[in-house]
Amino acid sequence: MRQRSALARKTLDPLHRQPESDVTLRVNGVARKLAIAPWTTLLDALRLYLGLTGTKKGCDHGQCGACTVLVDGRRINSCLALAVMKDGADITTIEGLAQGETLHPLQQAFIAHDAFQCGYCTPGQICSAVALIAEGKARNADDIRELMSGNICRCGAYPNIVAAIEEVISGGAGKTSP
Amino acid sequence: MINFAYARAHDVADAVRQIAADPHAKFIAGGTNLVDLMKENVARPSRLIDITHLPLAEIRETPEGGLSIGALVPNSDLAYHPDVARRYPLLASAVLAGASPQLRNMASSGGNLLQRTRCVYFYDTATPCNKREPGSGCSAIDGVNRMHAILGTSEHCIATHPSDMCVALAALEARVLATGAKGERRIAFADLHRLPGDAPQHDTTLAADEIITAIELPAQGFAEHHTYLKIRDRLSYAFALVSVAVGLALEGDTIAEARLALGGVAHKPWRDPAAEAQLVGAAATAETFRRAADTLLSAARGFGRNDFKIELARRSIVRALTQAARGTPQSQSDKRIA
Repeated sequence: MRQRSALARKTLDPLHRQPESDVTLRVNGVARKLAIAPWTTLLDALRLYLGLTGTKKGCDHGQCGACTVLVDGRRINSCLALAVMKDGADITTIEGLAQGETLHPLQQAFIAHDAFQCGYCTPGQICSAVALIAEGKARNADDIRELMSGNICRCGAYPNIVAAIEEVISGGAGKTSP
Repeated sequence: MINFAYARAHDVADAVRQIAADPHAKFIAGGTNLVDLMKENVARPSRLIDITHLPLAEIRETPEGGLSIGALVPNSDLAYHPDVARRYPLLASAVLAGASPQLRNMASSGGNLLQRTRCVYFYDTATPCNKREPGSGCSAIDGVNRMHAILGTSEHCIATHPSDMCVALAALEARVLATGAKGERRIAFADLHRLPGDAPQHDTTLAADEIITAIELPAQGFAEHHTYLKIRDRLSYAFALVSVAVGLALEGDTIAEARLALGGVAHKPWRDPAAEAQLVGAAATAETFRRAADTLLSAARGFGRNDFKIELARRSIVRALTQAARGTPQSQSDKRIA
């Protein structure tokens, strides 16, 4: 992974028109200083420069939600954010949700409810669901479906995703078997 | 995406100075549309001027009893703001009908007004498009035009404006506050966006050096009788085929005041003064609503694959006016249409 990051940097850097900017991102509680070109998206900064490949690149156009991360507590599409504009921001990715060996309740609930098949959309689904719960606007399954509509699952695991989120909202914390 | 320079604006005057100094520079706030267009090579700015540090993220009362929405207020904060939700539920509903929670968290209020069409030919740099490359032709007129306009089109462009929020702002008769090298001015919402005519490359009447700083809502919010009805190909996270924003003031069963704006049908949110005038003073009945719909759509014209939009718009107008008159606005969560 370290090698791939170095390779990616080599192919990106010779293109720059202005000097790289120094950007500090606080990622999963750790301050990470980067020198990056302004056209580097937050998604590419996380994956290529910081080696945090849990956040996925799906469509790269803000249509699928696979790249969802939390910036200062709010869910966004990291593929449409320029990293240079997030200098100083607090960023939470899927890698930052577990407490040591203890999974986040949503991670546990996704396992308990079999809320994925291929798993590619799952990091974005879970980050999005973390924010959905924090936002406190979802009162029923209709609301969950609507407020999770920014996360596409091509395998069609939607019923189980909704069930997993419903369970965490109601305090079940992923203990139920599917 | 081509390479570009990046700079921050420190205040509104600095932003105006910077944009005036470079004709190929663009402002960036949420970036949800601009970054996408840059990835597609449709937008190729030489420089991005980051305006996200300007103090334009407040919602506050105006002396006229309305609300002023700072240009940098994110769409989600706007929709969930208690005063907006209570006094302007039509606006809140339209915002929540658009995009996804992630995009609404990023997208700014000013940027929502300035988003470009989602016409597939505008996005496809391999095809002619007068909006992207003036004089190259319109691929949509004889092409895949299912999503395209039925009102106010020209032989040069049949693109639609994609915003939901703007349809509500048109119905509410909001004003847009803009600052440029010549100073500050207020623009009536109906005058912000333009029809394509022979210059479809221009979406709005803003000058190149102007920045939107706020959107002002008048006191009348039609909180009792309103609806935002959006018809699309899937239940959520899709652009409108047709959308209808309605605000009514009723005296008994008689319509005292009427606002009717359509999205997904034209190059700008579509209002028809004749249709609204026809509603005022009439009884709030299905017959009244059908007559208004017929008036609004009398000049509608399809281009083949979007012919269905004329009948869809007719039925959506009648349904939306019925919802508003009954005081049962369309839910943006439970998608059943009452």
